[in-house]
Amino acid sequence: MDFNLTPEEEAFRDEVRSFIREHLSPEGRKDPNFMGNWLKSVREKRWVGFNWPAEYGGGGGGIMEQVILKEEMSKAGGPPLGTSMMGLQWVGPAIIEYGTEEQKQQFLPDILDSAYQWCTGYSEPGSGSDLASLQCKAVRDGDEYVVNGQKIWTSGASYSKWIILLTRTDSDVEDKHDGITCLLVEMDSPGVEVRPIKNMAGSSHFAEVFFDNVRVPVKNLLGEEGKGWAVTVSALAHERSGISEVAGLISQLAQVVQLAKRTRKNGRPASEDPGIRRRLSKADAMIEGMRLNGQRFLTKQLKGEKLSSETSINKLHRAFLAIEFGELALEIQGSASQYTSRPADEDDDDLGRWASGALGWPAVVIGGGTPNIQRNIIAERILGLPKD
Amino acid sequence: MNFGLTEEQEVLRSVTRRFLDERAPMATVREIMESPEALDEKLWTGMAELGWLGLVIDEDHGGAGLGWVDLVVLLEETGRGLLPSPLISTSLAPAAISEFGTAEQKQRYLPSLADGSAIGTLAVLEESDVVGPDGIALSGTPDDGGYRLNGTKRFVHDAGAATLFIVPFLADGNDIKLGIVEANAEGVATKSYATMDETKRMADIAFDNVPVSSDAVLTGDGTAALARLLDLAAVAVTAEMVGAMDKDLEITSQYAKDRVQFDQPIGKYQGVKHPLAEMYVDVETSRSLLYYAAWCVQEQPESLPLAAARAKRTRASRSSASASMAYSCTAPSVSRRSTTFSCISNAPSGRFRRSETPTTTTVA
Repeated sequence: MDFNLTPEEEAFRDEVRSFIREHLSPEGRKDPNFMGNWLKSVREKRWVGFNWPAEYGGGGGGIMEQVILKEEMSKAGGPPLGTSMMGLQWVGPAIIEYGTEEQKQQFLPDILDSAYQWCTGYSEPGSGSDLASLQCKAVRDGDEYVVNGQKIWTSGASYSKWIILLTRTDSDVEDKHDGITCLLVEMDSPGVEVRPIKNMAGSSHFAEVFFDNVRVPVKNLLGEEGKGWAVTVSALAHERSGISEVAGLISQLAQVVQLAKRTRKNGRPASEDPGIRRRLSKADAMIEGMRLNGQRFLTKQLKGEKLSSETSINKLHRAFLAIEFGELALEIQGSASQYTSRPADEDDDDLGRWASGALGWPAVVIGGGTPNIQRNIIAERILGLPKD
Repeated sequence: MNFGLTEEQEVLRSVTRRFLDERAPMATVREIMESPEALDEKLWTGMAELGWLGLVIDEDHGGAGLGWVDLVVLLEETGRGLLPSPLISTSLAPAAISEFGTAEQKQRYLPSLADGSAIGTLAVLEESDVVGPDGIALSGTPDDGGYRLNGTKRFVHDAGAATLFIVPFLADGNDIKLGIVEANAEGVATKSYATMDETKRMADIAFDNVPVSSDAVLTGDGTAALARLLDLAAVAVTAEMVGAMDKDLEITSQYAKDRVQFDQPIGKYQGVKHPLAEMYVDVETSRSLLYYAAWCVQEQPESLPLAAARAKRTRASRSSASASMAYSCTAPSVSRRSTTFSCISNAPSGRFRRSETPTTTTVA
């Protein structure tokens, strides 16, 4: 057991820190070209797609370096390393694993250059947790697939140029995981319609996407026809280690603690209320637990073992915290927490600041598998309880 | 970065488990539970022979010279097996003497603690019911270079079995010092009693003008030393709780697979399987916090207070919930076995007391 970094890892951490000092100064952030400059310099460092193999333009960063880079960036509150988020997280890795040489040439550099956004067309009105039951249909017609159907809860669909789309090409299968085909579809193709969904926090990040006889060239097939499920499984596996989230959670907790310190309840700071303190300390221990669970998962990965269902642990903690932070902030702030924006004649910056966070939890809690799905995974795959 | 156990630590775990399976199965645990001091001499000798009692005592003083991560591996197992013994207590006494004792004190006390001929414990709690330096009022009146102690310590673990006590006291009304007091010293009177955790014994210790000579006082800042020892105690107790919880989960999961109602194993119902998944989350997260705290003991002492608090906080708040879950899954065939587990959680509620209903062996 050893939580220390090796000299090489420490050197890399210092390199990241000095880069941050140089490029993330408070004055620098005010520069109108800040974001453009930032993307350019992290790209030059090959920190965009840092975990991608170097031959595809990525950084070829080892597991430990990835963790260091992400953690330091998250601690510094830095902008993302590249803005093609879905592209970097899902689409790029899937193309690297399953794509043709032509697809690699066409898509990977654009993702690394933050040229445009990708969205992921997975969930459907009838297929959420049971994703493999999806029905959006693709039929081969010469050199093209013809797509008909609907996707929903598609993040960023209204500003994406491409969508990675799961379709059903074969309904006559014994196992519903078969007969799924993954297509890369241009969002301005004729027959694609995006209808934004306004969520309860007032944002329209999600959308419904409709496909009406959309024609997709066969060269945009990712992987084999009928074997598209494998493509998603590979992509989804990247999401759950939880280490990089911890720095963000620590900063969220610190904000709630500050709120508790400056908000007075019953004539004293809310931070002196034993009930509030207990909840804050529970959140603190849980975040530290997530960090250390993450270290255990990391140890496993460093030993070359595959991570499996145990990462659901942190997903469950994450869901609890997303709801808890929102509720806690509202409880501390009291009646005034109901403002969704600061009234023009008030100068208290806390007004209107917390409601959207409290209303935004479903995206965190449900995305990537609901808590009940995580519990099923743990109970069935780890504890060996019978399947439903 | 390596958050895993070494091969030696894995061996320690499996050897410990095998020893406990063979020498202290549940039937034996129940017998020991009924004995006056919840201690079995033969078993104690066996534990000493395996080097458990001097695990963290250095080799120069008869110990194995291992670290707190190793000790936590051991305590997780004794917690799993609900082993009644003063192992935690007697591991804290040498920690106090090793870290804050003089060379002479180490020479005098550590070898006998390592071979089990002496049993130590930490006597902290007083009338104030405050676990920490602020709660210490036991008076130490200066006398001939040493002190005379007057007052009472309460709920002292294993005080009935112990031969020596590490006693924090208020020296001359001023600062806290830690004295080593032998159980047979003049003016010491202990009164043992059973508590809700029947695998443990506690006692009150009355001090009536008990002399503590200057060479029996530990060195350094007593307040800091006491805080450090309490952090170590938190780590040790958490280790036992994590082990017990892990076994609880194992038993309950197995029961949920075996027990058939409405023509299917009850573990198929989400109402049963989801709480079991939550137990798993609790056990594993507690274990992560626990092992980090154990690592901090020697490698990063400045981080220990927070790490120990986080570990114990998480474990303690969840173990009673998990015990209650184990109940609701196994009810009505709540066995004495699982209720015994629950007692270890230090749950303050009477509903975790041992059930007097006829016991079944379904779960055990």
